[in-house]
Amino acid sequence: MAVEPVTSLSGRMPDQAPESLRRPVSAQAAETAVRLEAVRKVFGETEAVAGIDLEIADGEFFSMLGPSGSGKTTTLRMIAGFERPTSGRILLHGRDVTGVPPFDRDVNTVFQDYALFPHMNVSENVGYGLMVRRVDRAERDRRVTEALRMVRLAGFGRRKPSQLSGGQRQRVALARALVNRPRVLLLDEPLGALDLKLREEMQIELKVIQQQVGITFIYVTHDQEEALTMSDRLAVFSEGRIEQVGSPADVYERPTTPFVAGFVGTSNLLRGDVARAVIGSEGTFTVRPEKIRMTDPDTAAGDDELFAMGEIRDVIYLGSDTRYVVALDAGGELVVTQQNLETSSMEVLEARGRAVRLAWKRRHVLALEGGPSAGEEEARRNP
Amino acid sequence: MTGTATAAHRAFGRRLATALYRRPRLQLGLLLGPPLGALVIAYLGALVLLLINAFWRYDAFIGRVVTQPTLDNFVQIVTASVFRDVAVRTVLTAGAVTIADAVIAFPIAYYMARVASHRTRNILVVAVVLPLWSGYLVKVYAWRVMLLNGGFLDSVLAPIGLRGPGLSDVSAWLVFSYLWLPYMILPIYAGLERIPGSLLEASADLGARASTTFRRVILPLTLPAVIAGSIFTFSLTLGDYVTPSLVAGGTQFIGNIVFENIGVVGNTPLAAAYACVPIVVMLIYLLLARRTGAFESL
Ligand SMILES: Nc1ncnc2c1ncn2[C@@H]1O[C@H](COP(=O)(O)OP(=O)(O)O)[C@@H](O)[C@H]1O
Ligand SMILES: [Mg+2]
Repeated sequence: MAVEPVTSLSGRMPDQAPESLRRPVSAQAAETAVRLEAVRKVFGETEAVAGIDLEIADGEFFSMLGPSGSGKTTTLRMIAGFERPTSGRILLHGRDVTGVPPFDRDVNTVFQDYALFPHMNVSENVGYGLMVRRVDRAERDRRVTEALRMVRLAGFGRRKPSQLSGGQRQRVALARALVNRPRVLLLDEPLGALDLKLREEMQIELKVIQQQVGITFIYVTHDQEEALTMSDRLAVFSEGRIEQVGSPADVYERPTTPFVAGFVGTSNLLRGDVARAVIGSEGTFTVRPEKIRMTDPDTAAGDDELFAMGEIRDVIYLGSDTRYVVALDAGGELVVTQQNLETSSMEVLEARGRAVRLAWKRRHVLALEGGPSAGEEEARRNP
Repeated sequence: MTGTATAAHRAFGRRLATALYRRPRLQLGLLLGPPLGALVIAYLGALVLLLINAFWRYDAFIGRVVTQPTLDNFVQIVTASVFRDVAVRTVLTAGAVTIADAVIAFPIAYYMARVASHRTRNILVVAVVLPLWSGYLVKVYAWRVMLLNGGFLDSVLAPIGLRGPGLSDVSAWLVFSYLWLPYMILPIYAGLERIPGSLLEASADLGARASTTFRRVILPLTLPAVIAGSIFTFSLTLGDYVTPSLVAGGTQFIGNIVFENIGVVGNTPLAAAYACVPIVVMLIYLLLARRTGAFESL
């Protein structure tokens, strides 16, 4: 699936994962790798994690997405064993590890600050886990070399971490974790310190590596785009709770709460009087900006379309797209994105102040917070 | 009037700043010149005088120093067994003091840097530094009173059938270890505090137990700090003469011999030559420390 376009960039991609780093594919494909049961963590006055239930399947690329302070890191650290839950249970592959120290868990972590040992060279860093577990020298050297080749750092073994760039350090941290063949790899905003270009490259690289080695990745990020592009499934965190769990398409196209609608993508909420005027029913609704068609005020409505009149308040030119903020006549505002197919930046920017008609398909309206969706509403009215 | 004057003033200041900006070396020179000059004169000057002195000769017959180059002093301190014994005793004591301080300081510093709460940490830092504010002589005399035969230590230990060390080499070691302990704790504390917590977590994450993490991560990363501390404890012991004269019960250290030769006998050349012993020992020590790579990771 998503692998296709990625591997066609082959020149830049890591070599095929060497045998020693690949995990044997488990017999039962959907075995649970990590299971959290009512996990809570309280620091003094703050409840960092407020009761989380979660199941992550073996071999999955799972992201934890949420704003800063929403409890993602704390959750990850409890899985790693650096923090003990105040209450609740953590199971790794069916084994209760709630009270097990980090060194006895089959889990490895890629730290946000990389946490490379400054007094060891790259090879010693990568081989640390094997050395500690008394893997013999020859085997260790072989696996370290393979791991370094996989992250495209062959030949860097003798350098000190201080002699590497940020992206290279990041890859050393990744190799150091992967070389131990953990069953679960935890990554806490591993690309946070990299510049945009490098970050996008590393996103692809990480995803490819994950598919090659078949290890469960649990990936913490506050970047919704990153979570949407990389994950098989993701959990959206807010204030120590999980708001929604699902595939990227699920979470993006069918957000279940206003928070998710707002955090993943642009919120475009319609509520109260505005909802009544535009949608024709009570509740809180959302429409994705790219699902909205923006036309002249006098264009005729299509079948099965909802519409609203308004005035363009703001224009944000984004290169390939333009984002328009439209103040609705009924009150409130909607954000609309349009591709710049034939328009130039000049034309686009002149659109400010223009009266427009916004139209969208009924099925693209989502009801939030358990209110009836627009489709259900219709079914109720015309049985 | 004043307006143009300040403007001209400012323009000059700006030109000067620009000139300095373009010549970073000049800037550095102006910054470091005065203190470096003072250091060279005060430090190296004294050292050079000392060295020159060591090659002169004290004529016991006329009771004066004769400015006539000779190696006699050095021959004497190498051949005479008294000088050798005292040098060996001093160096061994300095080594023993350093080891004792390192062993005591590490857990304390570790507790301060990585376990204690913010408040406790501040209290402990003050507690460690506080003794340095009180008089050196007072502390040594207090120890002397405790150590004296039949003194405080003896009476405390009597019920369990033991005696204190009295006034002896062991006492000197004990008092030195006490005196220089803060100089060992503080650098180790600073060194431990500088280690990011994530390194210790990474070590545990990769399968290392606490003892392995200590050996493979904490110790190598704090070694420069331990060596920095040991330079203090070692050199301070080598150079001291007050503590041995008060608590060592008559055994002599390098400092005592230097002091006697200058103050009592007036044989400054011999004292100067003998004072070269701790300098040479320290040089060897620093070279060895450098060999361990301790300065590279500083
Ligand atoms: N060691 C700690 N002591 C006290 N409070 C903490 C600690 N770690 C995290 N917190 C608090 O818990 C909340 C969640 O933090 P965190 O898990 O780091 O969030 P995120 O990774 O989503 O940004 C925050 O309010 C944070 O201040
Ligand atoms: Mg975080």
